[in-house]
Amino acid sequence: MKTREKDWRNDIFDVFKQLNITLVSHIPDAGHTPLIDLCEKDNEIDVVTLTTEEEGIGLSCGAWAGGRRSALLMQSSGVGNCINALALPNICKIPFLSIVSMRGEWGEFIPWQVPMGKGTPKVLEAMNVNVFRADKKEEVGLTVDAAAKFAFNTRSSSAVLLSQRMIGAKQFKNG
Amino acid sequence: MIDRRPFVQKLLSNRKENLRVVSGLGTSTWDLMSAGDNKGNFGFIGAMGQAVPFALGLSIAQPKLKVVVFTGDGDMLMSIGTMATIANHPMSNLTVLVMDNESYVETGSQPTATAGKTNLELIAKGSGIENSYTIDSERDDYKILKTIYEEKGPSLVVIKCKPIATPLVFPHSFDGVTAINRFMETF
Repeated sequence: MKTREKDWRNDIFDVFKQLNITLVSHIPDAGHTPLIDLCEKDNEIDVVTLTTEEEGIGLSCGAWAGGRRSALLMQSSGVGNCINALALPNICKIPFLSIVSMRGEWGEFIPWQVPMGKGTPKVLEAMNVNVFRADKKEEVGLTVDAAAKFAFNTRSSSAVLLSQRMIGAKQFKNG
Repeated sequence: MIDRRPFVQKLLSNRKENLRVVSGLGTSTWDLMSAGDNKGNFGFIGAMGQAVPFALGLSIAQPKLKVVVFTGDGDMLMSIGTMATIANHPMSNLTVLVMDNESYVETGSQPTATAGKTNLELIAKGSGIENSYTIDSERDDYKILKTIYEEKGPSLVVIKCKPIATPLVFPHSFDGVTAINRFMETF
């Protein structure tokens, strides 16, 4: 089995543990896979695989109402699926946190990823989500920590965009 | 076909203290509010498709309480994938009650897919919610109460309702912050 080096996903995981985030929902993205693995191995964290990203918003808001903090992991294409659902945390001032792996911006191979990649920060801002961005591995932990505290302390919505350059563009190989 | 408003009122007439009720936007929320003001209710007035995932999140966070979500066929069809999510993250305390009037009654009674070939009970079963069934008679209220309070969930009940609009009964506040804060006082 391949050993995983300590990387920025561990930093996100550490923030989840420190801030008592115990419900993690996702539509998987390759960039999030090591983080999802860490969460699945943790006894205190429930991991819910969604069928569409917008489900993660209602799920997260219901969990918070019941006393549990959560985070939604998705890729930038999924942000577009969430727009109307974001009215829920907005109108009720429910803290909402999402970690978004960016596609369609640096070294992208698939043209279909580009439109939503370009639209991602704009539509989040249009729905009153505080948008944070991490471009370097060493700033991921601090950025997620700041975004999460912002959401939970001010009862607002935060999204952290993880740059595609940092994650590494997905490579497609034949055979 | 069931007369939905008195039916919802009957289901909630002797509600237990451990019950929390979420409702989907529109008629389901007006029905819930018609059964009497209760801090243990949270009614959606927008964000279509979010009531059922909200109820799942609540049931995960509060596994010792019973969580019921009333919603319409239109709202359920919009969050149809959540049936699969519920089945694969099964919470024994969750019951989904779909008030299926086969129409978007608030907007002029345009038919939904369930007026055609679509069967929500079969979709729920196919999604993996094993305890799914349909009722068509007011006399079956006892089955639903047993499902909510005694059976191991998750469960989904399709309640076939008359396609008639019911009078509006608003929640105590349209303000989302007021509503969620009040609901959260009950935990």
